[in-house]
Amino acid sequence: MSNLLKNIIRFILFAFVQLFILDQVPLLHQFIKPYLYFLFILWLPFSLSRFWLMIVAFLFGLTMDYFTQNFGLNAAPCVLIAFLRPTILNILIAKETTEQNYVEPSIKSMGFGPYSIYVTILVLVHHFYLVLIEWLQFGNFFYFIGKIFASGALSLLLILITEMLFYRNSKLRLV
Amino acid sequence: MILLSKNSKTHEAFFALQLNEATGKINSQFNKFSGYFNLRETNRQLALENAALKNQLQQNYNIPNNAILFAADSTIRDTNNLIRKYKYLPALVVKNSFTGQENYITIERGSNGGISKNMSVVSAFGVVGKVVAVSENYSIVMSLLNKRSIVTGRIKNKEYAGTIEWDGKSPEFLVMKNVSKSAQVKLGDSVLTGNFSANYPSQLLIGTIGNIKNDEATNTYILKLKTGTNFYTLQHVNVIANTYFTQQDTLEQKNTTINKGNE
Repeated sequence: MSNLLKNIIRFILFAFVQLFILDQVPLLHQFIKPYLYFLFILWLPFSLSRFWLMIVAFLFGLTMDYFTQNFGLNAAPCVLIAFLRPTILNILIAKETTEQNYVEPSIKSMGFGPYSIYVTILVLVHHFYLVLIEWLQFGNFFYFIGKIFASGALSLLLILITEMLFYRNSKLRLV
Repeated sequence: MILLSKNSKTHEAFFALQLNEATGKINSQFNKFSGYFNLRETNRQLALENAALKNQLQQNYNIPNNAILFAADSTIRDTNNLIRKYKYLPALVVKNSFTGQENYITIERGSNGGISKNMSVVSAFGVVGKVVAVSENYSIVMSLLNKRSIVTGRIKNKEYAGTIEWDGKSPEFLVMKNVSKSAQVKLGDSVLTGNFSANYPSQLLIGTIGNIKNDEATNTYILKLKTGTNFYTLQHVNVIANTYFTQQDTLEQKNTTINKGNE
């Protein structure tokens, strides 16, 4: 399967899972909301430049916004993590070997340690920005702090489960 | 294209409308499948509503003069020479949401079905919200479970009004503020819609009082309302069209402009 087709299918699947499954689950508490959709952006291939990452992330976020009717609420954090992604990847991995050998970020291509740091940072940034936008509208500081960490922890758990369920055998890139 | 939609209000509305239709179609496809999960609850609600309506039937009552036959139709002028003010338009919920802080509901009936902005939406057991956007076949309803939603309500049989909002915590409870302490409310009292709203008919159930707290700062209550509508299993709703809405709205708008001119 070509890389493009694979990512188009992922786009649809992640949007579907977030909108029609995770968003339909009654919440345990106001602070604990399951978010998984942004994993799509974390899984985009290394070869995309920062500009195209941001364009794809914006389109993906906007799709989510159109379904939930909160314009910009998902698009803004998506573009932010797409912007930060190349920088964090550059710090965490040896560029020459990994990016030339593997297609996309995964436990196998980066190693468990660097990959978990990469995921944790971007999850926290995403939640920070998303809850900040909500907080600026409704204003409650405990909501802000509580939701970032509670939803962040849940997102990390969901990502861990996803990684274990759908083992991606990231092929070596043939150049 | 983006610049175009940013600069002109009509283009923006046009794009929003097209996307509204597109997302609505996807949602209604999904609803065909997910609707099965709530069938039992929906059936129970419909049966209850049916029983309540049947109890109100004319033939259950002994009318002194039953020469005039009551005909239920949707014409503006009734056979009793009463003028119809509210029309109920049934609609199907294709996308329900209660997990966010700003929840919107998509219903499958739009401007083609006679729906316009600001109409109120009710379920069999209480208020659901009001219409905020309309396309040809779909409408977006701002649910009561939305931090932007404010409704005026009053306590049944006591003429004390208050504003009803949502605190974002639980989809089962709303918060009612600004009710004077002289109202002497009790747990379980019903809260209905107010008399003055142009879009809600009065006497519609919003919820029942589930918790009473005194506001320390002012002489008012903070009441927690158990919503009349069960937002978890919302399937069928009615949109209420007020045939006098434009009249009341333009008159009130005109009045404000006159007052502004006098200042």
